[in-house]
Amino acid sequence: VLSLFCLGAGAGQDVGRSCILVSIAGKNVMLDCGMHMGYNDDRRFPDFSYITQNGRLTDFLDCVIISHFHLDHCGALPYFSEMVGYDGPIYMTHPTKAICPILLEDYRKITVDKKGETNFFTSQMIKDCMKKVVAVHLHQTVQVDEELEIKAYYAGHVLGAAMFQIKVGYESVVYTGDYNMTPDRHLGAAWIDKCRPDLLISESTYATTIRDSKRCRERDFLKKVHETVERGGKVLIPVFALGRAQELCILLETFWERMNLKAPIYFSTGLTEKANHYYKLFITWTNQKIRKTFVQRNMFEFKHIKAFDRAFADNPGPMVVFATPGMLHAGQSLQIFRKWAGNEKNMVIMPGYCVQGTVGHKILSGQRKLEMEGRQILEVKMQVEYMSFSAHADAKGIMQLIRQAEPRNVLLVHGEAKKMEFLKQKIEQEFHVNCYMPANGETTTIFTNPSIPVDISLGLLKRETAIGLLPDAKKPKLMHGTLIMKDNSFRLVSPEQALKELGLAEHQLRFTCRVHIQDPRKEHETVLRVYNHLKGVLKDYSVQHLPDGSITVESILIQATAHSEDQGTKVLLVSWTYQDEELGSYLTSLLKKGLPPSTS
Amino acid sequence: MAAHLKKRVYEEFTKVVQQQHEDLSTKKLRLTKPSKSAALHVDLCKATSPADALQYLLQFARKPVEVESVEGVVRILLEHYYKENDASVRLKIASLLGLLSKTAGFSPDCIMDDAINTLQNEKSHQVLAQLLDTLLVIGTKLTENPSVRMRLVEVACKHLTDSSHGVRNKCLQLIGCLGPVEKGVAKEAESQAAKDVQKIIGDHFNDQDPRVRTAAIKAMLQLHERGLKLQQAIYSQACKLLADDYEQVRSAAVQLIWVLSQLYPESIVPIPSSNEEIRLVDDAFGKICHMVSDGSWVVRVQAAKLLGSMQQVSSHFLEQTLDKKLMSDLRRKRTAHERAKELYSSGEFSSGRKWGDDAPKEEVDTGAVNLIESGACGAFVHGLEDEMYEVRIAAVEALCMLAQSSPSFAEKCLDFLVDMFNDEIEEVRLQSIHTMRKISHNITLREDQLDTVLAVLEDSSRDIREALHELLCCTNVSTKEGIHLALVELLKNLTKYPTDRESIWKCLKFLGSRHPTLVLPLVPELLSTHPFFDTPEPDMDDPAYIAVLVLIFNAAKSCPTMPALFSDHTFRHYAYLRDSLSHLVPPLRLPGRKLVSSPVSPSITPHEDPSQQFLHQSLEKVYNFQHLDPQGIQELLEFTIRDLQRLGELQSELAGMADFTATYLQCQLILIKALQEKLWNMAAPLYLKQNALAPAAAKQILEETYKMEFMYSGVEIRQVVIIHHMRLQAKALQLIVTARTTRGVEPLFGMCEKFLQEVDSFQRCFISELPHMQGSFVDKLLDLMPRLVTSKPSEVVKILQTTLRQSTFLHLPLPEQLHRATANIIEPTGESDNPLRFTSGLVVALDVDATLEHVQDPQGTVKVQVLYPDGQAQIIHPKPADFRNPGPGRHRLITQVYLSHTAWTEPCQIEVRLLLAYNSNRSKASAKIPKSTWSESLEALPQSENGIEGTIPFSKPVKVYIMPKPARR
Repeated sequence: VLSLFCLGAGAGQDVGRSCILVSIAGKNVMLDCGMHMGYNDDRRFPDFSYITQNGRLTDFLDCVIISHFHLDHCGALPYFSEMVGYDGPIYMTHPTKAICPILLEDYRKITVDKKGETNFFTSQMIKDCMKKVVAVHLHQTVQVDEELEIKAYYAGHVLGAAMFQIKVGYESVVYTGDYNMTPDRHLGAAWIDKCRPDLLISESTYATTIRDSKRCRERDFLKKVHETVERGGKVLIPVFALGRAQELCILLETFWERMNLKAPIYFSTGLTEKANHYYKLFITWTNQKIRKTFVQRNMFEFKHIKAFDRAFADNPGPMVVFATPGMLHAGQSLQIFRKWAGNEKNMVIMPGYCVQGTVGHKILSGQRKLEMEGRQILEVKMQVEYMSFSAHADAKGIMQLIRQAEPRNVLLVHGEAKKMEFLKQKIEQEFHVNCYMPANGETTTIFTNPSIPVDISLGLLKRETAIGLLPDAKKPKLMHGTLIMKDNSFRLVSPEQALKELGLAEHQLRFTCRVHIQDPRKEHETVLRVYNHLKGVLKDYSVQHLPDGSITVESILIQATAHSEDQGTKVLLVSWTYQDEELGSYLTSLLKKGLPPSTS
Repeated sequence: MAAHLKKRVYEEFTKVVQQQHEDLSTKKLRLTKPSKSAALHVDLCKATSPADALQYLLQFARKPVEVESVEGVVRILLEHYYKENDASVRLKIASLLGLLSKTAGFSPDCIMDDAINTLQNEKSHQVLAQLLDTLLVIGTKLTENPSVRMRLVEVACKHLTDSSHGVRNKCLQLIGCLGPVEKGVAKEAESQAAKDVQKIIGDHFNDQDPRVRTAAIKAMLQLHERGLKLQQAIYSQACKLLADDYEQVRSAAVQLIWVLSQLYPESIVPIPSSNEEIRLVDDAFGKICHMVSDGSWVVRVQAAKLLGSMQQVSSHFLEQTLDKKLMSDLRRKRTAHERAKELYSSGEFSSGRKWGDDAPKEEVDTGAVNLIESGACGAFVHGLEDEMYEVRIAAVEALCMLAQSSPSFAEKCLDFLVDMFNDEIEEVRLQSIHTMRKISHNITLREDQLDTVLAVLEDSSRDIREALHELLCCTNVSTKEGIHLALVELLKNLTKYPTDRESIWKCLKFLGSRHPTLVLPLVPELLSTHPFFDTPEPDMDDPAYIAVLVLIFNAAKSCPTMPALFSDHTFRHYAYLRDSLSHLVPPLRLPGRKLVSSPVSPSITPHEDPSQQFLHQSLEKVYNFQHLDPQGIQELLEFTIRDLQRLGELQSELAGMADFTATYLQCQLILIKALQEKLWNMAAPLYLKQNALAPAAAKQILEETYKMEFMYSGVEIRQVVIIHHMRLQAKALQLIVTARTTRGVEPLFGMCEKFLQEVDSFQRCFISELPHMQGSFVDKLLDLMPRLVTSKPSEVVKILQTTLRQSTFLHLPLPEQLHRATANIIEPTGESDNPLRFTSGLVVALDVDATLEHVQDPQGTVKVQVLYPDGQAQIIHPKPADFRNPGPGRHRLITQVYLSHTAWTEPCQIEVRLLLAYNSNRSKASAKIPKSTWSESLEALPQSENGIEGTIPFSKPVKVYIMPKPARR
């Protein structure tokens, strides 16, 4: 029995604040520990008091697994481990472990230093929290305790993102986190082997979308940038520091290299530089091209992309600038935007989604006059472009992953209810497996059909396989043996051995049957007739006439005696053991039909 | 017991062995053969432990065994095999048996029975598998014998029930390689086991071990390869294997399905879970398409490759592979391709500035959307987006093959191919450009597609740009804007990469001649002519202006109205370009001007164009010169040579032929001149005071004949014989000159003998051609041969001199196609004034980039020569990988040459040139000789003539300015 509980508001049927509790064969595992970007009060973290009303979290949870470094998957971690109190192991991949604290620190700074909140986790808490983290490699099986083991698979999405297989005994769950089935410029595609888990917990951000090929988007993007630069215009690309930014950098970097372009590209500094450093280090986590060429040159050591300085924005001539944050709501990207907005030669490219109310959203929806603070009116003359570069699997990708893993049940999280409904229906229809989509706070229980391993003695196995035809992998096979349940273990042994072990004597069960035959002749003649008859009918068996006047068919004994009252009737005594039941009953029915009229 | 046996055997053999040893010391050579098996035997007997025996066997395996002693060795090995208890030693013996039976010339049927017998009592699975492997080797050597095969197959069938996967593996392999293929044999054979190999193998498709499953499928494929028609029933079994857990099984299964789809394309199979039925090839296509999104990339590559060769698939299925129904929030979305097309057809350019330009339109019926089971749907879309570039390349190749056979598909896949031009890996980009070129006859580029294609022209990789130029050469463009766009982009390319000049001009030449009507309306704009005002005359040396003119003139060729739009200077420029760049500018019929090829009579058939006629006529003239006086002959030859050289410059397609003939005539001219020198009338001692024309002439003729033989492709035996004949004449001349200039007879003996040998080998090589050479030098010489052999050198010289003077001039028959090997060094350009500075004693790498045309086997023959000012020459052999082959008959050499020298006080120029190496051994003449009869006798000849190696410079030398600086202390 597997039970699952969506703790975070985000995980079930909503995006953000991922946090799932899985209880599998008596082990409790927490998957992800995210925060919600939209809230600034208590609601931004999952309600951990729900897990244990009283008692420590460490006693209840066996481990915590973080799939990747995005804050909606790991943002609540220091709060959870340091403020609520959890001392057990936290598992994440090496890149995640490296980059996660940078993001947490950044998040803390914004909340505490900028917004002035108190009662928030401190830098020291982040450090303490990271000390509890155990880093795992891809495809490394980590034994959490004697029974619980976890294994990470590559998930694409961002550097270090992983899917986790959680296995207890013969029950297993796969949690995908966020993943991407189409490779991009810096990461490969998610991959999992045919592990046939009992349950696959998949994200479903794009449950109802099938996306166009990435190449068109890339080409459009490059073409627009190229054209603007050729015209002498400046291009502003507001990005979030990690993830897509690196992809776009690589894209532009290679394009500049290929096309021999000279216009400068700048990247606004900050935490990006630190993060880029890690991108350089974790080459094994990137895609084929980067992995293969890093010996000549590490693709993340950008040749054309330089650090941005505030003063550069006023430089004449074309340039491309990546600036944070991605929605143009504050910071450097907004400053640059204000400087460049007046020139129709310039261009701003929004590579991602913008929340309502931000400048990004306003200009994307076509607003040309913006009211800035201080009642200033900013007229936007520059071109505004939208390019979607998202790294989640689309509906086809999700289906592909399900096909690869062949789970027995699927559970959808991290998406919108309406969209998930569609995908759920499709999954059930195509794969004929159960699909669940629990709401927040809802507990889903899934009944599994765990297989129970039984040890079989080699002698018995050899004997039994020798009887039948070739063993067939896929089909169940019938075996005769004795099952011994002792000391919590199961063993299948041959009956003789079982008797020996248990110290019991063997009992034989014999069936005996009398058949009356009308035959006036002498006993031994009758026996001879029966013998000849049986010999004629049972060609494949060894029928023997013993000197003491009895007949044996295999191990079945037949004896004939004259009837004590009627000498014309002969009584045939048929005796067989329990094992020969089939043949014995066949013989009796055969003899009951009588002997064929003798010709002689 | 075993030890005892060993000892006994050893005792039995000791006597023999010792004899061998004695013999060995005395007559070593003769007795190596028997000693080998005996020695092995002794070693094996001596071995005290299995490890020892194994060591001996390993040592033995390193040495080759002669054919005659194989059987003896095998017997001894078998003997030990039976006695051996250790499985590893038996394994080694079994593998040795296999190795030995591979020995060339050994027929292993004598040991087959023994090998089969050993199988009977073998317990170890590994040894069993090895023995079966040995049987496989034996069987493959005896494929002609059906009864042997039958027997081996039976043995294999018997062991199929073995519990070890290795044994079953080998059994299946054996059945696959040896199973009966012909129907008749199967019926005759009474043995039930070998009755139906297909069924036996098919049963193992469900084996519990994946390796055995793979082996089963491979065996089936092997049977197919050997010509057995597989049964259709296997198809459904194979389909099940596609869902196997193991990648090697899936990979093999994909192949099997492909084979079946090629065998039974038209048979009908039902679609599961519905009552519909489809053609098998369509079904298989769908299934293989499905595998393009498999979890293992090996399988994906396999599947993508095979898709390309499934040409019988119906177009409906084919087009689905490019279709991926897009949706967003359950609403149907159009792909970027569709949008681009729509914009194009509605006649406006993409605004592309609005967010939500790609906003989804209609609602999708949720029931109708198939997310995964849609078979062929989007297979190529996935394949082209794959993570591994191997898969992407395979997908591009498959697209290419399918598009070549289906024009409608070609049209559809265009968008995707164009997208691949932006792949991150250069190999993929290049491949997709080549693919596009291959299918270009089926497609017309839309403007927006052209735009994307042209954007790649700025790529910094030269290979990519040149591939793209090639592509543009054979592309169809639909509008005049397209042409304009292409021109503009090409000119941009030209300014950015000036070295692409030639390639761009060539590209524009084809672009112009393919689209005359589209160029016509652009002419005024391109030439910037104005109806009222005279515009300034553009600079004639501007490569961009030349590019424009090349486009226009080539279009004008098939568009007679165009010249009316030209201004005066255009005509002048035409005349200049026609002269200087004749390979790019076609002859035009210009109003008010005499045509270049004037005597065009309308009756002339196109294939016999006037210049060709001219060539033949002038040759005719020359061949009839016999009646002329010597002075006239010389003049005629001189004029003809000049004419031919000029013709070659003008008519690029005749260049090879004209040059070839001119060279030949040149040789003749030199010969005649040499023979007419006065020196022949003088006494020998006076000779040295005369000018040294004759020896130089002989040398020059020799050089020219080598050029003729090795620099032209398409030279046939008829020409080769004439070239050799000329060479023979030159050698005769050399002999005569030497005879006259050297005192004493001693050196002449050797030379005469050598010359006569050469005549002899000439006769043998070209015996079939001799009848055509009536009255020639060699003909006369052969008549006099008996006399020559017996006479003294001085007499020989005398005879030669008269024969040489009297012999007639041989007609040179022209082959169909003749091309001169040419090379053009693009880089270094030789224009730089900045010396390449480097520290003396260290090396500097010089990039060399050259195009080679009509060079056969450039990897073996083309060398780079560097000449230093001090006369030092250096020859560099480029790596085979430095040669690329962009088209038939063309090669590209991109390599680096390492230079080094001691310090100079001043920068100085070195010369870089390309050489064509030749070796007269490899000449076409010796290739023609039947090897069996001649090779031995030729080898016996002194290698003087046959081994001449030399080089022909075949490119203009390029000067590079370098400056080795003294090293700083």
